[in-house]
Amino acid sequence: MLIEYGRQDERICVVEADLMASASTQRFKQIFPDRLINVGVAEADMIGVAAGLSAMGKIPFTHTFSAFASRRCCDQVTISVAYAKQNVKMVGSDPGVSAELNGGTHMSFEDVSIMRNIPGMVIFEPVDSIQFRKVFPQIVEHYGPVYIRLFRKNAWSIFDSQEAFRLGKGNLLRAGKDVTIVASGIMVKEALDAAECLSLEGVEAEVINIHTIKPLDEQMILESIARTGCCVTAENASVVNGLGSAVADCVTAGHPCPVLKVGVQDRFGEVGSMGYLQEALHLTCSDIVQKARQAIALKNG
Amino acid sequence: MDRALYAMLREKAREIRELTIREIGQLSVGHIGGAVDLAELLAVLYYHEMNIDPDNPAMRERDRFILSKGHGGPALYSVLAMKGYIDMAELDTLNRPGTNLPSHCDMNRTRGVDMTTGSLGQGFSCAVGMAIAARMDGLPSYIYTCIGDGESQEGQIWEAAMLAASHRLDNLIAFTDYNKMQIDGYVEQINGLHPLDKKWEAFGWHVQSVNGHDVEQIVYAIENAKKIKNLPSMILLNTIKGKGCSFCENMLSSHSVKNITEEMWKDAVARLEREEQ
Repeated sequence: MLIEYGRQDERICVVEADLMASASTQRFKQIFPDRLINVGVAEADMIGVAAGLSAMGKIPFTHTFSAFASRRCCDQVTISVAYAKQNVKMVGSDPGVSAELNGGTHMSFEDVSIMRNIPGMVIFEPVDSIQFRKVFPQIVEHYGPVYIRLFRKNAWSIFDSQEAFRLGKGNLLRAGKDVTIVASGIMVKEALDAAECLSLEGVEAEVINIHTIKPLDEQMILESIARTGCCVTAENASVVNGLGSAVADCVTAGHPCPVLKVGVQDRFGEVGSMGYLQEALHLTCSDIVQKARQAIALKNG
Repeated sequence: MDRALYAMLREKAREIRELTIREIGQLSVGHIGGAVDLAELLAVLYYHEMNIDPDNPAMRERDRFILSKGHGGPALYSVLAMKGYIDMAELDTLNRPGTNLPSHCDMNRTRGVDMTTGSLGQGFSCAVGMAIAARMDGLPSYIYTCIGDGESQEGQIWEAAMLAASHRLDNLIAFTDYNKMQIDGYVEQINGLHPLDKKWEAFGWHVQSVNGHDVEQIVYAIENAKKIKNLPSMILLNTIKGKGCSFCENMLSSHSVKNITEEMWKDAVARLEREEQ
């Protein structure tokens, strides 16, 4: 995709930090050797160099693991990119439990909350490759910093190619009247499965995919909450200042009602397969089902 | 010819220094030491070396100057006002509410500022990115940047230094304002840089060391740097923090001076004018 758009727009370039092999940017390097800069293991410099490229009119895409794309170079992203209003697109790969065997050091639960704190930042977490492909040109088009929280492994295909996506707009995946489930990334599949389980109990859950965590599609969420009266959020990230917090902020201001969060409960990660980690950290379909029941009970007082 | 040039540059440096003392003096507080000591460098860059057009600050093929030690902003604003990028009267607004001249450089607020800086170490990386971009596009631009010696304790400086050498960025000419002082004391007593020239050489840079208050030496070093192919250039400016500002020259406390009275700054300006005569 980078190559395709790289052909159309010569401003697009890539700044890597020694993870070319894992991000498949090697082919970009072969085709546009002058437009890929590998700074080595130096994430702060990666962001600074990208900001400099942007100041000269380029559209740089940076890449490293999500842990290092956020916490490792938080100040560089804040000042050289966001405060300086530079047009840098930052890809953070292997978010949350998808870091798997890289374990706690590489497992970013805090990247969303770090990025969410930065004024002007757009946070995009695609669910599958179809969604990513459709939103990608909008990311190129949008002037300003974008953090792309990229799950690169074999994502479940949720969408078909007919679906339309707008950066900053949510997607209603399933209509319901009893509870709204707002999910991002790998938790969308869990949310859809949870809605199936709930339907067996006679509970009709509405499922919304929020791929753009910031700015949040508040309108879609508030409209849904007006129908359902309670909400569960589901994210492969910390519940502190992530998607759940964003939804809670919006709901408390616009239509106060119960919002329960499925996500990582303020703890560090560890090594393990995604399946193991999702179980251990309570990021599964059944965690969503439980929270949905609780939310409905709270609503009904 | 050259004598006239150097006389002109010395005069411009004096004016930069004077305006900077007035800017900060009027406010009574500011990062004065590490601003006034840049006067000669700024005079040489903006009145001799740089290909710039104040009427067209976004000119694509222009040279850029990134003041990575962003707290030197007030000195940069002085030269930008002298060149006509901003109004002279604007200098009186330094750090006042709603100003376009904040303590640290902001490219989105101040006409003529090429990069937002202030969080130390970062502007230098940006300069490296700009030099790479200029080369990608085949631009004739030189990218000039100035870092502080205290700033050189930031790891990001050395990350960027390695990359610049790896990419053989001979369109990048950097300066270190080597005044040997930082907020908490003498650089060598806190976290020493010595031998700084050897460090830069080891990082693959062409290094020169000059008197940072001698415009002739600075001009000569830049001309030298431009002749060097395949290596980025570091010019160590041996400076005196607070140079030319009577109430803080060569004082450890000069980094950020508070309670500057009208008498103090007017006296400092008067001394500069007397020296000139």
